[in-house]
Amino acid sequence: MNPRPYNFAYLDEQTKRMIRRAILKAIAIPGYQVPFASREMPMPYGWGTGGVQVTAAIIGPDDVLKVIDQGADDTTNAVSIRAFFAKTANVATTTDTTQATIIQTRHRVPETPLSAEQILVYQVPIPEPLRFLEPRETETRTMHALAEYGVMHVKLYEDIARHGHIATTYAYPARVADRYIMDPSPIPKFDNPKLDDCPALQLFGAGREKRIYAIPPHTRVVSLDFEDHPFERTKFDAACAFCGATDSFLDEVVVDDKGGRMFVCSDTDYCEKRRAAKAKDAAE
Amino acid sequence: MMAPLLSVRGLNKRYGSIVACRDIAFELEEGEALAIVGESGSGKTTLLNLVAGALAADSGEVVYRMRDGAARPLSSLSEAERRALMRTDWGFVHQDASRGLRMNVSAGGNIGERLMAIGGRHYGRIRAAALDWLARVEIAAERVDDPPSTYSGGMRQRLQIARNLVTGPRLVFMDEPTGGLDVSVQARLLDLLRGLIADMGLAAIIVTHDLAVARLLSHRMLVMKQGEVIESGLTDRVLDDPQAPYTQLLVSSVLAA
Amino acid sequence: MYVAVKGGERAIANAHALLADKRRGDRGVAEIETRQIDEQLSLAVDRVMSEGSLYDREIAALAIKQARGDLIEAIFLARAYRTTLPRFGFAEPLDTKAMALRRRVSATFKDLPGGQVLGPTFDYTHRLIDFALAEASDPPPPATAPADAASATPRVVDIIAGDDLIEKSPPAENGAPVADVTRDPTEFPAARDARLQTLARGDEGFLLGLGYSTQRGYGRNHPFVGEIRFGEVEVEMFVAELGFAVPLGTIAVTECQMVNQFKGGDGEPARFTRGYGLVFGQSERKAMSMALVDRALRAEELAEESIGPAQDAEFVLSHCDNVQATGFVEHLKLPHYVDFQAELALLRQLRTEYGEQRTEKKESSVLRPPSSDLRTEAAE
Repeated sequence: MNPRPYNFAYLDEQTKRMIRRAILKAIAIPGYQVPFASREMPMPYGWGTGGVQVTAAIIGPDDVLKVIDQGADDTTNAVSIRAFFAKTANVATTTDTTQATIIQTRHRVPETPLSAEQILVYQVPIPEPLRFLEPRETETRTMHALAEYGVMHVKLYEDIARHGHIATTYAYPARVADRYIMDPSPIPKFDNPKLDDCPALQLFGAGREKRIYAIPPHTRVVSLDFEDHPFERTKFDAACAFCGATDSFLDEVVVDDKGGRMFVCSDTDYCEKRRAAKAKDAAE
Repeated sequence: MMAPLLSVRGLNKRYGSIVACRDIAFELEEGEALAIVGESGSGKTTLLNLVAGALAADSGEVVYRMRDGAARPLSSLSEAERRALMRTDWGFVHQDASRGLRMNVSAGGNIGERLMAIGGRHYGRIRAAALDWLARVEIAAERVDDPPSTYSGGMRQRLQIARNLVTGPRLVFMDEPTGGLDVSVQARLLDLLRGLIADMGLAAIIVTHDLAVARLLSHRMLVMKQGEVIESGLTDRVLDDPQAPYTQLLVSSVLAA
Repeated sequence: MYVAVKGGERAIANAHALLADKRRGDRGVAEIETRQIDEQLSLAVDRVMSEGSLYDREIAALAIKQARGDLIEAIFLARAYRTTLPRFGFAEPLDTKAMALRRRVSATFKDLPGGQVLGPTFDYTHRLIDFALAEASDPPPPATAPADAASATPRVVDIIAGDDLIEKSPPAENGAPVADVTRDPTEFPAARDARLQTLARGDEGFLLGLGYSTQRGYGRNHPFVGEIRFGEVEVEMFVAELGFAVPLGTIAVTECQMVNQFKGGDGEPARFTRGYGLVFGQSERKAMSMALVDRALRAEELAEESIGPAQDAEFVLSHCDNVQATGFVEHLKLPHYVDFQAELALLRQLRTEYGEQRTEKKESSVLRPPSSDLRTEAAE
């Protein structure tokens, strides 16, 4: 059997066109989940096929691609996806957020502010913010169409009644352009404010659930809350042990078996740049 | 003279060869409570569901006077408008309270949901409204964070009522509101309903097979048999001086207290 | 001194090299050939073709070798390969009436035109491990009989339909669009074409369990095997330039027609209802399970009460695809430490507050002046 060559970025042109049409619809209706005919990809559903299809549909030979998972370039799944595009599209890849034109991410938004020249592609496991309150697709579709979101606030109310706080810490629901409520993917709520008025285009791909949605640049994104229990960013009691940052999301690392802990920046590129800048300052 | 709040004309519904409702017509004024009385199979619950828009009629029309005064046939309402109506201007109290409640959401959440659905965004005020209503339906305040799955049947029914009335609806549909409850619990619930209907000036359509419920809650009543209205009029008149033979049978069948 | 973890790329490369080594195994043992898999593990190949939605024995056999025998992994490979193939048209509906039969059985009649042809089946074998198979075997040639082109083998459902005792299969409208679950995401409620397509590629184990549940009362529909046929059918494609359909080749399929609980009403007399299953190769268990679940999913259409999970279309169709299912279940192995960190932060905060509340309670009970309420103090 002869091995067949693959098209640029793996997907055939018809499929890319179909995905781009879905992306355009998504941009035209910010926060609305557009159904699309997700293809079987060479990585399993749940491992980023949605993000990969979106990236494959928009990437061109001159693009520079960065892929992160949990904020890091070197985690196994990020490595695997980056290698996939290097192999099937032969595009330049980078770990430097400022150099990338397309950033595909799982579960984090980069700490470095993005520009209008960039597109952020999120990997989404469950696109439907109402899913855990209402398992039926037929019903959630109607709820979005009629903007019937009371049940979302009921959930937040229950959290406060039970715990004294809203108990959602990631995949925190937000209202886009004052209309649709969306699930921003399992980013920590720490990252939610970055979605609001972002200069970059933000695209969300859910392969298994077959949905694409988008936040156009400079769109209003408001995390759900109550007036008297406003949305609060997570605060850390520590600074990054490597670069000293106090404004980035920190990973907790277990360093010994006596319970020793250390906190380091989740965004590895951000941390490295800060360390390099500090070293340069120290040298001067 | 204001138009009636609700006007039902020529309502028909069949299931195959069974006639559930035949040519039903009546009017309901604001603040008026109407009982629909009949035995099982009379079509009374079907009629309630037709009028509330939960079932589609084969023919006929239900016209409702909206808050802005416009008389709208229900069939002309979009799904969005109908659902908005169900959340604000109307209430529906089910015989089985678990159908009208979120059983695993706290009582406060159940009552507050409608307020949140119409834009309520202040936790403290929503909670205060919920506590206020719990008091009005005589549920102890400390139960506010308990889900109705931990409540007794009577308490669930009272919670369901609170959940429906929190947005100050003008029309409430009730399907056997006291069905399945102990007699003493029923009496307390009926008393509560009577008070709320009077205090809030509610219009109500109450389906029941229990003439005592009709007597206590309603101003007027319809008697149904095999899909047709065989008698109607002021409740007291119909119960004290029934004209149709079937009504006479019903009234005389009630066990003497 | 803690150093940040690096080397993910190298770790992956090493892991894949180790996998390839394990796949080959003991170099002293002969390497398995795809032809062997195709010939001697043919039922595995059949399953991979069916659920991989790709009729290609070579690819399926290779996928099984690459997957080290993990059939769902092999199905995934087949599906991913399928994605890259260009599509140039649609076949005409298969004419299973014209099937070159290798096996044909019916439970509804003792005898019927065409007879009960047992074919190569595990049915009625005694499930005793045959140790002789551990050595090379050379089974004697099976019995043969001359092909009887004259005797017709009508479909059992057509025989019953002749007496108008079974619901008619609605005739296809020419030119009416057919759903394509590989191109359009399924929306609920799903029509029967989309349902059957999804079931055809659905996991055998999942559908087997659901089918079994209907037999045990979770949505009973009184099934009888009207007919199971296994054999070759011709695949034809209509070519517009030629103006007629041309044969592309033959494929082996198993078709199962269930005859189910009769139903009347709405002015119609009672008739038997149907369930349908069709798979590539000889995956009989899957064809039968598919037919049971197909019939169960028609509950709403046939005005039956839905009491079992097999009757819940959204539940069944959303969860029967094993490629999707395994992807999402196994994705839990991916790093989730950022979200876990967020949860830890909240939990620690709640625990701190809980601790503070308890301290407050204790302090306040101490500060309360000694009262006559000795019982309360004792209780605390």
